[in-house]
Amino acid sequence: MREPLLIDQSKQGRKAYCYPPLDLPKGFSQALPPLPKSIQREQLARLPEVSELDVVRHFTRLSTMAHGVDNGMYPLGSCTMKYNPKLSEHIAKMDAFTKIHPLQDVSTTQGSLSIMFNLLEDLSSITGMKWGTLQPLAGAHGEYTGLKMVKAYFEKRGETGRTKILIPSSAHGTNPASAMVNGFEVLSIEANEKGQVDLDDLEAKLDDSVAAVMMTNPNTLGIFEQDILIISKMVHAHGAMMYYDGANMNAILGMATPGEMGFDVVHLNLHKTFATPHGGGGPGSGPVMVNDALRPFLPKPDIQLTDSGYVLDWESEDSIGKVSMFWGNFLVLLRAYVYILRMGSEGLRSASAHAVLNANYVAKRLADVCEIPYGTQCMHEFVISLEEYRQKYGIRAQDVAKALIDKGYHPPTMYFPSLVSEALMIEPTESESLETLEAFILVFRSILAQAKEDPEYVKGAPYSTPVGRLDEVKAIKEPNLRY
Amino acid sequence: MSKVIENLRYSKDHEWVRIEGDLAYVGITDHAQQELGEIVFVELPPLGERYRKGEEISTVESVKAASAIINPIEGVVKEANEDLDGSPELINEDCYTHHLYILTSFSEDDYGELLDAEAYQSYLETL
Amino acid sequence: MIYPYIPHTDEDRKIMLEAIGLSSMEELFSGLSEDILLSDSVPISQGRTEDEVQRMIDSIAQRNVRGIPFLGCGCYDHIVPSTVEALSSLPSFVTAYTPYQAEMSQGLLQAIYEFQSMVCEITSMDVANASLYDGANAATEAASLMVSAKRHASVVLVSSTIHPFTLQVLQTWAKGTGRTLRLVAEKDGVVDLSLLPSLLDADCAGLIVQSPNRYGLLESYEGVAEILHEQKALLAISNDPLSLAMQKSPGEWGADVAIGDTQSLGLPLAYGGPSCGYMAVKEALLRKLPGRLVGMSEDAKGRKGFTLTFQAREQHIKRERATSNICSNHALAALMTTIHLSSLGWDGMVEAANQSYAKAHYLAYHLAQLPGMTLVWDKPFWCEFPLVFSDPKRLRKFMQELRNEGIFAGVRLSTLTRQVKDELVLLVAVTEKRSREELELYLAAARRVMK
Repeated sequence: MREPLLIDQSKQGRKAYCYPPLDLPKGFSQALPPLPKSIQREQLARLPEVSELDVVRHFTRLSTMAHGVDNGMYPLGSCTMKYNPKLSEHIAKMDAFTKIHPLQDVSTTQGSLSIMFNLLEDLSSITGMKWGTLQPLAGAHGEYTGLKMVKAYFEKRGETGRTKILIPSSAHGTNPASAMVNGFEVLSIEANEKGQVDLDDLEAKLDDSVAAVMMTNPNTLGIFEQDILIISKMVHAHGAMMYYDGANMNAILGMATPGEMGFDVVHLNLHKTFATPHGGGGPGSGPVMVNDALRPFLPKPDIQLTDSGYVLDWESEDSIGKVSMFWGNFLVLLRAYVYILRMGSEGLRSASAHAVLNANYVAKRLADVCEIPYGTQCMHEFVISLEEYRQKYGIRAQDVAKALIDKGYHPPTMYFPSLVSEALMIEPTESESLETLEAFILVFRSILAQAKEDPEYVKGAPYSTPVGRLDEVKAIKEPNLRY
Repeated sequence: MSKVIENLRYSKDHEWVRIEGDLAYVGITDHAQQELGEIVFVELPPLGERYRKGEEISTVESVKAASAIINPIEGVVKEANEDLDGSPELINEDCYTHHLYILTSFSEDDYGELLDAEAYQSYLETL
Repeated sequence: MIYPYIPHTDEDRKIMLEAIGLSSMEELFSGLSEDILLSDSVPISQGRTEDEVQRMIDSIAQRNVRGIPFLGCGCYDHIVPSTVEALSSLPSFVTAYTPYQAEMSQGLLQAIYEFQSMVCEITSMDVANASLYDGANAATEAASLMVSAKRHASVVLVSSTIHPFTLQVLQTWAKGTGRTLRLVAEKDGVVDLSLLPSLLDADCAGLIVQSPNRYGLLESYEGVAEILHEQKALLAISNDPLSLAMQKSPGEWGADVAIGDTQSLGLPLAYGGPSCGYMAVKEALLRKLPGRLVGMSEDAKGRKGFTLTFQAREQHIKRERATSNICSNHALAALMTTIHLSSLGWDGMVEAANQSYAKAHYLAYHLAQLPGMTLVWDKPFWCEFPLVFSDPKRLRKFMQELRNEGIFAGVRLSTLTRQVKDELVLLVAVTEKRSREELELYLAAARRVMK
């Protein structure tokens, strides 16, 4: 391994950190009884024994074997890897926010509460919904929360037969999983030849056992569901609800709202659309915004503005309860709020416009060297299929992805959605300049050219990284999950 | 192209069933093992438990996918194929020899409702 | 017009639109019908420059009041070495995505592997995941795991002494899913395990307990795992992980699942979020472990490396057959914990735990001498204890007097349970970070009010 485990760099007795000595009256400390033996810990734990410099060098070196948006373009479809503003990072480290305890009296947390309240107002406007909750801690958590509210809504109305959620087959894996965790049955909706929801299939599957249709718009192919108003009318006519997965919100920010499209409940991914950092896999935040019908079911506490200031309100009788320990990932909410303040209404609109511009440009420039099954007129992302390359040269999407790594790019999303074979989903985001896009396009084209000329070389990529492709079968058959 | 064997019966979930006396052997078809890729783990069902037709009874995992095994006929688990514990890839090698589990006291009616080789073959062509 | 974070010039737009065959930016949205397309942007405020935003935020920030927090209940003010902030701010950690492309993410994967290892060491368990959202959601994941591990079992036993908010989150989880929570009552401030045999039946998938519990009291789980295992049910123990430097770890109690929140290991108070949930299990439950998992393997040249593994468990493969829907976890928070633990070492953890214990007992001892308040139960506690006041007026005066000294005296239990009967109970948390001066300030103010 390039960088040994910190535990393997340990030396007995070495310390990275010291505590001040216990400053209590000696008599007291000496007389203090230990815990009863029956509940005392006996087993020693092995943690590193290293110096502070060792810790610093270890993690600094590890960070050189990681790749973020700050390092280079990250066209990872469906993840919206846009630039994470440093102003947000700076503000998220202010003591005035980090040193506030969640259970302090609300009279002492008016600053944090006002940020959360104002964020809810802004997100309501942005989504065209009435109000929401900031408690869910990730997109999937937002899905879980939104679907639970839908379930509670129908139960209150006595419509307990609504046990199904309809989800397009191209949906993100968290959609059916979230439905299932809530005790719903999942039925897939087919796509038509344009890659959009097949209205006939939807009509056939809609009945009064359906609680909601869960979809995103644009869909995971980056294509706008043009029949969305027809779809929401159909769904509402059957007494079911429309759930919007906000993962692709970056395509329509300031241009359109899920509310106007007929959606009843929306979750957002602040770590995608609102530029909060991905952190290597979180923490994110998944606020859920709802219409009037679902409002009573929002998790508690709600944040309200009264004559005496902001308060946490626990009164809602129909609330589904709590979905996280406290009030939400506050420091992530704060970053999203800062982003919205910076961008403003025109800035957000410009973000989606340029995200769509960038995606269309890249699609157009790659259309002659690879198949784009649903056409080059896309929204903020598009999907290419390398099936032809697989058949002719034995090169798979994975191979092209790995070859991109050698060129300093994080690969696009691979093999999703499953309706396209050998799929690569490319989402440039609005952060990338024309020059960056062109450089990416040229590299991508050269890899595809190399795939034809020297497929064996491409199949062996990456070459420049500390390790090559790892044996995933071995990782499962001989599990080594801890030191 | 996947292999379909004559004297077995099949479910639409890509399991096969072979009757030997009062025992029913259940496994996954060639189509299923090809779709999964290299199999790394098989979750075997507990012995002595009764499973209905259509109940999820086991999971077969490859690196990229986890496939639920839907019990094709009602019965009581008599034996699970312990060979698969250490060598799950045996299924890739020969999926019709290496069964997953054996049922006893099974439902003849359920067996009757399964597809014969020809019907299963036709079904595969529609996918 | 130049907008923040968007690099395009007018010339760029011209070139790009031409290449696409469009003549205006508006045409990019021609696929959206008139009914949907907004004529103007959404009705929020105009954009602001960095300086304007900072001024606005500074003004908002002034409406937050800081104090010396003797507040706990799931969020604790511990000493955190400066290495944590410095190293967790490294840009390639902060701005990276989940390390699905292993070859270019070895550093991130290794950090997660180290986190998993440290969680196993602290909890004395076999395998841990890469993190969950928070302690409350770790509890719901544990409940999901238990139910999926035992056929036909839909009941989860829950100690009534777990954190009231965790209990609420579990209740929400159970709603509408056909699962039931069955509470195990408390006696003298701790869970009454003598009730266990009568509550345990074939329907029960497992039991969730917490120590220190909601009152700060430490609990004993002698014999509990054995009783549950006889019924093929599982034991999940939730802890403040720092307390495991002193009290018996889940593995030592024979637990099947260890859960909790690593906020007390390197994370700020941050108005409650983000924190970081963890889950560790016995080896036999590996395939039921939700969330991401990093393992070690080799490449074709025999070089050792790390990769996300056992992905067949996760939602992106199992879809609706996954037992959990978790996708993003709390990676960067877990990284902060990893750096924190790397800086402290085991000795540091033990020191922090011991000092918290000692300082809490010092404060409790002296407060218990004062009239008008007592320690509710004479039971072992770690760094948080419950005081009951004789009347609400004195409690209010008490909290106000301490507030005047810049101290947040504690959390009223009723804030968590929303029950009138709990209004006289104050939960006071004392960590190693509380200096002698702060302790004496607290006591002096208390003596003034309660004389």
